[in-house]
Amino acid sequence: MKVLVSIKRVIDYNVKVRVKADHSGVDLANVKMSMNPFCEIAVEEAVRLKEKGVATEIVVVSIGPSTAQEQLRTALALGADRAILVESAEDLTSLAVAKLIKAVVDKEQPRLVILGKQAIDSDNNQTGQMLAALSGYGQGTFASNVEISGDSVAVTREIDGGEQTVSLKLPAIVTTDLRLNEPRYASLPNIMKAKKKPLEVVTADALGVSTASTNKTVKVEPPAARSAGIKVKSVAELVEKLKNEAKVI
Amino acid sequence: MTILVIADYSNGAHDQKVLAPATLNTVAAAAKIGGDIHVLVAGQGAGAVAEAAAKIAGVAKVLVADNAAYAHQLPENVAPLVAELSAGYSHILAAATSNGKNILPRVAAALNVDQISEIISVESADTFKRPIYAGNAIATVQSNAAVKVITVRATGFDPVAAEGGSAAVEAVGAAHDAGISSFVGEDLAQSDRPALTSAKIVVSGGRGLQNGDNFKHLYALADKLGAGVGASRAAVDAGFVPNDMQVGQTGKIVAPQLYIAVGISGAIQHLAGMQDSKVIVAINKDEEAPIFQVADYGLVADLFEAIPELEKLV
Repeated sequence: MKVLVSIKRVIDYNVKVRVKADHSGVDLANVKMSMNPFCEIAVEEAVRLKEKGVATEIVVVSIGPSTAQEQLRTALALGADRAILVESAEDLTSLAVAKLIKAVVDKEQPRLVILGKQAIDSDNNQTGQMLAALSGYGQGTFASNVEISGDSVAVTREIDGGEQTVSLKLPAIVTTDLRLNEPRYASLPNIMKAKKKPLEVVTADALGVSTASTNKTVKVEPPAARSAGIKVKSVAELVEKLKNEAKVI
Repeated sequence: MTILVIADYSNGAHDQKVLAPATLNTVAAAAKIGGDIHVLVAGQGAGAVAEAAAKIAGVAKVLVADNAAYAHQLPENVAPLVAELSAGYSHILAAATSNGKNILPRVAAALNVDQISEIISVESADTFKRPIYAGNAIATVQSNAAVKVITVRATGFDPVAAEGGSAAVEAVGAAHDAGISSFVGEDLAQSDRPALTSAKIVVSGGRGLQNGDNFKHLYALADKLGAGVGASRAAVDAGFVPNDMQVGQTGKIVAPQLYIAVGISGAIQHLAGMQDSKVIVAINKDEEAPIFQVADYGLVADLFEAIPELEKLV
C-alpha cells in the first residue's frame, strides 16, 4: 500500500513571532524554519505503518518554496522513500494547496494520505478536509489512532468532549492530532542516506492547477497585549481580591 | 443578504441531542454581519435540536435535514447537503467546534472558495479578523467569494439569547449518502462539571501537578466553584489527563469570567487558548513563570499548599 504524506515548512515552534512594522505580515527573515509539528506526526505515522508491513512505499510531498527541500530531506531521513516538491514562491491558501496535492494524488494513486491537522503559521485547519472533498474520499480528521484493515481504515478522532471512531473506505485522508504518536529523531546515518533518496521538483503550473484565491489578507497586526496585574501575598488576599475587587466569585 | 448557520450539537445523556452553546455565539457573529439568519440542523431524530434552534433570538428560519445519512454529522454526507443548500446564501457559518472544523472546509472546497477559519471579529460583511501564529498575530482577511464560508471562534462573540425567537421550521434537503464513511462509536467523558468552553470559571492544571492523581485537588476546588477543569498541553503530553481537557491553540479556546492557572508555566500556545479570559489568576512556585505576565492576580506559592487552602476559603 502506497502512503502519501504532505508536509509544510513553517516558522519553528520555538521562535518568537514578530509582526512586520508595515503590518504586511510576519517577519520571516533569518528566522529558523522547521517541519510543521503536526506534519512530523504524519510522517511518523506513515513510517510506523511501513514498519508494521502495512505500507510498502512512503511518498512525501510539500508545496512551498525551494527551501522546503530541507524539510523533505528531513522526512526522507525519518523513513520516507521519495519526495516531491511542488515549488511555489507565493503564499498559497489552503484550497490552492489542496488542489495541488490532489494533482499529486491523481498521479501517485496512494491508498492513504496523511496530513497534519493544521499548520502552526496560518492555523487554518482546512487542507486535509478540502483534499478529501476534492478527491471524493472519506476523511478522518484530528486522528489519535489509525488502524488499517483490508479495504478500510478505522480512525479514532479527538472531538469536543472525548473520542469518536469512524470507518472509512480506502483510499482515505487522515489528519493528525497530537496524541497519535511521538515522532522520532532522525539518526545521523539516516540523514546521510536521505541525501541519496530521490527528490523530484515540479512547478504548480506544470500540474495545471489554478491557485487563484477568493481571500485577501488586508493587514497583519500584533494582538492587543494583556498587561501583568499584581502579585498577592497569600491565598486569603487572593480570595479577598476575587470577591471584592474582581467580583468573579 | 441571508446567512446560513450550521447548528452544532452533541449527544448528551441517554443519547439526547443537545444544541451546542457555541451555536449561539455563531448566530451572534451572523447578526454582526447583518441580514436574515437561517439555521440548518442536519441529523437523525434531532427534533429537539431544531426546536432549540427555533427559539434562538434573531433566527428567521430553521431548516431540518432529517436522514440516517446525517446522523453523527459525518462530513462526507453533510458537506454535499450544505453545498446543495448554499445557493441563495451570502455566508455559511459554523462554530469552530470539532464538528464545524470537520465539515466546513469540505463545504468550501465543494463550492471552490477559500474558507476563513476561526474569526474573532466582523469588520464588515466581507472583512473579518482572525488569529494566526497561535494568536501571536491578528490577520484582517477580506473575501470576494460569492458565498463566504466561515468558522467562528465562540470566544470572540457574546452569545445571543437562547430563548425569545420563534422561527419557522422547514424540512429540507435530499439524502446525500456518499457511502464512504460510517460511524463506529464514541467515547465521551462523563462529567457533571460544566463544559470547558461554556464554563464561567475554569481551573486548569499543568506540569506542576506532577501526575494525574494530583488533579483531584483541582477537581475538589472546581466543584466548590462550579468550575470546569482544563489542562496545559504539557500535562496532556505527560499523560496526566485526556486530550479533551487541553486548553490552548491546538486544544480548546476558552474565555471564562475567571481562569485559574495552577502549576502552568504559560507557554505561548497555552496563552493563545485562554488570554481572552476576563480575570486570570496564576498560582506557580516559579516567580519567573511567563504566566504571571498575563495574570491579573499572581500568587507565588506551592500549589499543594495553596489549592487546599483556596478550596477552604472560597
